[in-house]
Amino acid sequence: MTYYDAGHYDVIVVGAGHAGCEAAVAAAKMGSKTLLLTLNLDMIAFMPCNPSLGGPAKGIVIREIDALGGVMGKVIDKTHIQMRMLNTGKGPAVRALRAQADKPSYIVEMKRLIEEQENITLMQAMVDDLIIEDGVCKGVVTESKAAYYGDSVIITTGTFMRGKILIGDLEYESGPNNQRVTVKLAENLEKLGLDLIRFKTGTPPRVNSNTIDYDKTEIQPGDEKPQAFSYETTEYITDQIPCWLTHTSERTHQIINDNLTLSAMYSGMKRGTGPRYCPSIEDKIVRFHDKPRHQIFLEPEGRNTDEVYVQGLSTSLPEFIQHELLKTVPGLENAQMMRSGYAIEYDSVIPTQLWPTLETKQVDGLFTAGQINGTSGYEEAAGQGIIAGINAALKVQGKEPFILDRSQSYIGVLIDDLVTKGTREPYRLLTSRAEHRLLLRHDNADIRLTELGYELGLISEERYATFQEKLRLIEEEKIFLHGFIVKVSDDVQKALENVHSTPLKDAIRALELLKRPEVTFKTIEEIIGVRNIPEDVKEQVEIQVKYEGYIKKATEQVKRMLKMENKKIPENIDYDAIHSLAFEAREKLKQIRPMSIGQASRISGVNPADISILLVYIEQGNVKKTS
Amino acid sequence: MDFDTITAISTPVGEGAISIVRLSGEEAIAITNRLFQGKDLTKVDSHTLHYGKMMDPKTDTVLDEVIVSIMRAPKTFTCEDVVEINCHGGLVAVQRVLQLVLDEGVRLAEPGEFTKRAFLNGRIDLSQAEAVMDVIQSKTNEAMNVALGQLDGKLSQLINKLRQELIETIAHVEVNIDYPEYDDVEEMSHEMMEEKTSYVKDEIEKLLQVAKQGKILREGIKTAIVGRPNVGKSSLMNSLVQEEKAIVTDIPGTTRDVIEEYVNVRGIPLQLIDTAGIRETEDIVEKIGVERSHKILQEADLVLFMLNYNEALLEDDRKIFDMLQDMNYIVIVNKTDLEQRLNMEEIQQLAKGQVLTTSLVHDEGVDQLEKALSDIFFQGNIMVENNMVVSNARHIQLLNQAQKTLEDARDALQMHLPLDMVQIDVTRTWELLGEIVGDTASESLIDQLFSQFCLGK
Repeated sequence: MTYYDAGHYDVIVVGAGHAGCEAAVAAAKMGSKTLLLTLNLDMIAFMPCNPSLGGPAKGIVIREIDALGGVMGKVIDKTHIQMRMLNTGKGPAVRALRAQADKPSYIVEMKRLIEEQENITLMQAMVDDLIIEDGVCKGVVTESKAAYYGDSVIITTGTFMRGKILIGDLEYESGPNNQRVTVKLAENLEKLGLDLIRFKTGTPPRVNSNTIDYDKTEIQPGDEKPQAFSYETTEYITDQIPCWLTHTSERTHQIINDNLTLSAMYSGMKRGTGPRYCPSIEDKIVRFHDKPRHQIFLEPEGRNTDEVYVQGLSTSLPEFIQHELLKTVPGLENAQMMRSGYAIEYDSVIPTQLWPTLETKQVDGLFTAGQINGTSGYEEAAGQGIIAGINAALKVQGKEPFILDRSQSYIGVLIDDLVTKGTREPYRLLTSRAEHRLLLRHDNADIRLTELGYELGLISEERYATFQEKLRLIEEEKIFLHGFIVKVSDDVQKALENVHSTPLKDAIRALELLKRPEVTFKTIEEIIGVRNIPEDVKEQVEIQVKYEGYIKKATEQVKRMLKMENKKIPENIDYDAIHSLAFEAREKLKQIRPMSIGQASRISGVNPADISILLVYIEQGNVKKTS
Repeated sequence: MDFDTITAISTPVGEGAISIVRLSGEEAIAITNRLFQGKDLTKVDSHTLHYGKMMDPKTDTVLDEVIVSIMRAPKTFTCEDVVEINCHGGLVAVQRVLQLVLDEGVRLAEPGEFTKRAFLNGRIDLSQAEAVMDVIQSKTNEAMNVALGQLDGKLSQLINKLRQELIETIAHVEVNIDYPEYDDVEEMSHEMMEEKTSYVKDEIEKLLQVAKQGKILREGIKTAIVGRPNVGKSSLMNSLVQEEKAIVTDIPGTTRDVIEEYVNVRGIPLQLIDTAGIRETEDIVEKIGVERSHKILQEADLVLFMLNYNEALLEDDRKIFDMLQDMNYIVIVNKTDLEQRLNMEEIQQLAKGQVLTTSLVHDEGVDQLEKALSDIFFQGNIMVENNMVVSNARHIQLLNQAQKTLEDARDALQMHLPLDMVQIDVTRTWELLGEIVGDTASESLIDQLFSQFCLGK
């Protein structure tokens, strides 16, 4: 077979979904000549499932991506139909922004951004195979006989690998939304020795908005206060579109129970494992049969379309049953279906085969990122994409890898979980997966990561200067509040009474007063006068002061953790030579090849005694070298 | 190397004339000095011995007379500052001193950790490395077996129950966070959280009340020896204290000499109650047998009920059996050297606890009795004043920490801090209790989440 030489690139990204776009932009910004290949140029950063981005944990990932100079936040800020801050009644660590996306606009906007990005070549192509020389990945070849040479290759093929759509007993090979499926690449990855696992996910039917009786549903508007994911966004969309809430009925449950055997997922056809957190309606009704009803959210797919996503009704029942189901939902009695729901099965790479850089252990120079690594969700994909892009570029430049640890970011938690523990179902980020949740907040993503993004060359000088200014203002304000003594007066007592706070007995520093749970920065301003500083500085000061004790405790925990994290395990360690290791621990360590003692200690089956032995063994190596 | 200061009892439990608490690390000398009365240990020469007293700084009372050896880095076993506190033998003194040191913030050493440090600090040469690793592995296994043995009972059941309570609460809070629009789970309120956590706190408090006061270690297991006169109560006492302090004759009520009330049986502290009663001259058999027994049984945590192999069961004995219902007791059938007149099958039926046979005049059966006592203690199955006894220093330390984190949670609740903040301390409590039963896998939270709630959005 002959291929034509289609050129040489520093970094080649296969797939232009949420992972691929971030990977390509990051690599390009770091100066790598980057090629971005996609099956369909009209489907860049397509959202095949729900039309929303963000929410708990996921929203914080978008902020983290933005702090590293990524694109997801910028694009959604320009293309949403509404935004809501969730968990506002709870602590600062769990507040999360969520946007409803205008799906078609999101594609257009992302494509424009990629096109305008220096150093990226965008090309429509189906990649069939990798060019491998001496176990090193040197490029890719396409079905149209092009050979693209590259120093690093990142595969971000999402759910396209041997994808199969299932609707009742209808079954056909397909990527999401009837896109072309990737078959040869999957076969060739297997030939390279990568182990794959079969996962599945699903999506609900869409209906025409004009046929919905919204009177029977409850409105879910966006927040009035303008908000944004990106720290660079200055223009806000004020014209928002609401979502609507309804629920299943007794009749819905009846139909599902009567027709369970017709569901692709319940008829024995399925091989893939589905996610527990995003169950099909069949799953919900079988597993929680005593629940009388389940919520259904009606979410518009965009401003210029009448399609509405029926969130909560994900199903692989035959199309004619799906029609029946819709009729049983209040408000959807006469709704006209525009697309049926389906389940999709696909191949994923078992992620324990990856280094924390997302490079495969098997093939030098080959990275995988996104849903191909067993995750689900646009944000999880994008978070991996940016890390893979950064590391692919660093590798080309011959620089040290970039790894975020669990105390720095949700992205770090996500990747560490994947490469250390693997996953038995499509992996979704939850706030409960982060042990340092209090430090990984929505509000401080910039403080955590901007510096790192700047060092990598992903943050502009201008933005960095703004960031430095913010840090300065925060520190200054804290010093000011510390120095400001609030004296007892009628006005002060009144202001405190307004927020149900106990009256002052003596004069107190404004900083101390702000520590009271019920006292906000606004209360302080009522007492000492309005402070002429940006809102985000006020927010940061309030959180840092109010939760100082907790933050300190968490920081100390992190310090202890980092001690273990900083003890590196030599890459050439021979676990078979360590006789005292327990059998299970040895096998796991050989498989995962953790980079640090900290990572090793999180592998299930590796117990504290094994860690002690490992420590002793590694120290022994050091002694050898020096003596 | 920068390591924290660790401590452990470095002599076999409960045996030998002295027991040693060893400390290693930067703070070893300073911390010992805070607890030591005699001289300023921070000023003494290295490799010297010092006589003095270990003081409890909270109560300002003397815990034990000790000899302390001070060894400064680097010429020590671990190459760090090492202190060895030589306490009196048995379990009581040494456990109390260990607890005191732990209270000062020293960490309890893991199995093999002193050896490990010796190695890491270059004290042991390379050829010994493999051996060291084997030691760590085997000691850990040993410790795990001991720990599992101890936990194969009521304590682990209770801990697991408390953990389940906590994780359900945590999962509830998590669901509220990760699925804020999920409407059919009630939003967890401060009151609900308060109720859940204070239940767990009370249970831990009960465990600690006994352990914290070091009650069982200080006072011993309150043990009553009951039985009719001349059944061998004094002989048993003598066997347990291993000294012929009491005069033993065949005539009822001839126990006259002073008998120590505190004894150590294989390191297990027993407080023999009503020894005077045993010594009293009593002519009225009924009174001794039943009325007095009734009184002392109310005080006892453990009863050694003695019967005579040579005499048939009397109504009094049956009454005592009735009284022993729901108590920890061991039945001892003594005088097996004499002719059998006791129906052993009947005894086996009546006794819900253990039945042992002895011939104290011939010193037979004492070993078995001591073993039975030791098992009862170490299996953590003994109840003191209806509370379980936690006897393992590591468990006590973990329970103390758990109590502290629950107090933090309570304070946060009272200040009305957001529940996701309060939950940080609750999760920590769950982890600490998990260390007691050897389970800290955080995956179980995720599993709990998805099994407890139907989650979609």
